[in-house]
Amino acid sequence: MKTFRIGGVHPAENKLSAGKAIQTLGLPKQAVFPLSQHIGAPAIAVVKRGDMVKVGTKIAEAGGFVSAPIYSSVSGKVSKIDTVVDASGYRKPAIYIDVEGDEWEDSIDRTTDLVRECSLSPEEIVAKIKEAGVVGMGGACFPTHVKLCPPPGAKAECVIINGVECEPYLTADHRLMLEKTEEILVGVTLLMKAVKVTKAYIGIESNKPDAIKCMTEKAQAYPGIEVVPLKVKYPQGGEKQLIDAVIRRQVPAPPAIPINVGAVVQNVGTAFAVYEAVMKNKPLFERIVTVTGKSLKNPSNFLTRMGTPMSQLIEAAGGMPEDTGKLIGGGPMMGKALVSAEVPICKGSSGVLLMNDKEASRAEVQPCIRCAKCVSACPMGLEPFLLATLSAHREWERVEKEDVMSCIECGSCQFTCPSHRPMLDYIRQGKGTVGGIIRARNAKK
Amino acid sequence: MANKLIVSLSPHVHNNDSVQRNMYGVLIALIPALLVSLIYFGVGAAIVTLTSVVACVFFEWAITKFILKREKNTILDGSAIITGVLLAFNVPSNLPVWIIIIGALVAIGIGKMTFGGLGCNPFNPALVGRVFLLISFPVQMTSWPKIGQLTSYIDAETAATPLSLMKQAVHGDTSALEQLPSAFELFIGANGGSLGEVSALALLIGLVYMLWRRIITWHIPVSILATVFIFAGLMHLADPVMYASPVVHLFTGGLMLGAIFMATDYVTSPMTHKGMIIYGVCIGFLTVVIRNFGAYPEGMSFAILIMNAFTPLINNYCKPKRFGEGKKK
Repeated sequence: MKTFRIGGVHPAENKLSAGKAIQTLGLPKQAVFPLSQHIGAPAIAVVKRGDMVKVGTKIAEAGGFVSAPIYSSVSGKVSKIDTVVDASGYRKPAIYIDVEGDEWEDSIDRTTDLVRECSLSPEEIVAKIKEAGVVGMGGACFPTHVKLCPPPGAKAECVIINGVECEPYLTADHRLMLEKTEEILVGVTLLMKAVKVTKAYIGIESNKPDAIKCMTEKAQAYPGIEVVPLKVKYPQGGEKQLIDAVIRRQVPAPPAIPINVGAVVQNVGTAFAVYEAVMKNKPLFERIVTVTGKSLKNPSNFLTRMGTPMSQLIEAAGGMPEDTGKLIGGGPMMGKALVSAEVPICKGSSGVLLMNDKEASRAEVQPCIRCAKCVSACPMGLEPFLLATLSAHREWERVEKEDVMSCIECGSCQFTCPSHRPMLDYIRQGKGTVGGIIRARNAKK
Repeated sequence: MANKLIVSLSPHVHNNDSVQRNMYGVLIALIPALLVSLIYFGVGAAIVTLTSVVACVFFEWAITKFILKREKNTILDGSAIITGVLLAFNVPSNLPVWIIIIGALVAIGIGKMTFGGLGCNPFNPALVGRVFLLISFPVQMTSWPKIGQLTSYIDAETAATPLSLMKQAVHGDTSALEQLPSAFELFIGANGGSLGEVSALALLIGLVYMLWRRIITWHIPVSILATVFIFAGLMHLADPVMYASPVVHLFTGGLMLGAIFMATDYVTSPMTHKGMIIYGVCIGFLTVVIRNFGAYPEGMSFAILIMNAFTPLINNYCKPKRFGEGKKK
């Protein structure tokens, strides 16, 4: 079975909610929309206090090419434009909407009928995706239309769809593949058309045999789409690792990007959002969120309107357990620890993970015994122990020379370290500083 | 509720590996060899091993507490116990207690704690202790008791080891190699030698266990053993009367013990697979060179210590293959 060629680890999967069908979560009382839900320039609010909005009304427009508009997920009145603490832990500008009723924009097709035929040109498809505010749903939130517009000189050869979901605990993509199989496949054909290729691969890890079976069967009817079962290994959902696993090509070190090896990678959630945006005229304002944790009474997958506070999802899954020690937005390997349960669900919120006191704290740090397990685990072929030590000593030139910018922050090194060394903490610091130095140097040129 | 949430950076999970798990894993892997040494050398093996372990742990504890004045003592992490066992495994089973204690002091004091303790030492501590003893007490360190004297310790009768017979052959004794025990006897360990090194079988069981538990990778032991086999084999083909067969080389002396347990010491071996293979090949080569041409019958300890010194250099030049390297279109 295929997989990527360098490093990797296998964390306990803990897919507690894999068997739970997607449930629709009730409306929140108030929805909060941070203006910065994607990589790139923050969106610019186009509503003001007191405005009435419907479900699907544009409330903020894109702040640049690498940016995305934001749509209301609820109907009601704009109560204020203020700040909110988002998943990063910082206060960010946000639009607050008090919910009244559930009135949708008329342009949205609310039926569940499958629409297959699309007469739009590639440019029109990209324009629709851009207008609907679709971003990468795997967590990185990179605006999708940017990836669909290859830079001059680069040419797409295939679309690779990420159905890997290699993060432990998360099952949102898994459920989506089981329940919205055809919609995803239509979304994939739209993406193929948008970048003018005839081949698409859907990579799925072998711990989801039902999804592989289901997608493979239905994909027969869609020419050019091939389902590729992959060996279970983290971080296979990383863009570069997935390309390596599926088409055996390695994206060179930054600033190279996947399109340089002819690949356009999109998440299954994104393919579904593309389907809804193009075929149903429905902008991106809801998504599947996994709520999970060992102490949680009822781990579940919810179809959630954006802007809903995470506390409401936790309530719906049985309430916050007494022993909760850590609340994570996303999975345990790359997710962000949240400062409160009132953080709103955004475009990139794939999951909410509750860890108990025991799981939440880090073990005592011991000296590095140079066992080289981090070197073997690193999927980018780096030397994490060295990068961490150099960063701790603030030797930025050497940190840069040792290719710190290639680090994808997957956490495999720290996961595997017998001495429990906080390597990634230091490497992030090194990467941030070196990134700043490189930008400053480029600006001078 | 909200004010007691822990906020830290990802990753939020760990594979529950620990220094202790690895160190005690190595100790478990050493058990078969210890049992064999008790069977062949009896009470002597027990006294030497026990003295060495107790002395190593004591010196680590005392140096940490009274000289380094650190609050936290590291004796429970298992590394001092490993040094103790390995030091004992590298000496004859009739070595007097006081010499062992000096060896332990050098191993832990000079070999390890001088550099700052676990993770900081450039040379394998047990080998530092062993080589110090070999140079300081050459008579006691090179008179190995015959096997099977279960109740004797200092008074045990000594005999020539396979390695000394091999040295005699190199020096012109044409009948020396014929006196060697059979390969099978060497494999199970029915021959004289340092107390932990005699049974290749027991040591290989330890290797399999450590590979299975993923404590070490195959690169270092396999590259050492393969190099010795090939290089000693070529020399044997050139002159079978003077140079022993490669199979004898593999199963005698400290080669197995060194390749499996000493050269693979995390702290003093290279960090990349490529580096590990270079390191292993060089150790194998040096070992055969010392065995066949050097003054000492055994070269494993020196070969490993020499390559320990090269480890930082190897680390500097052997980078792992970066993702995307060499695949540029």
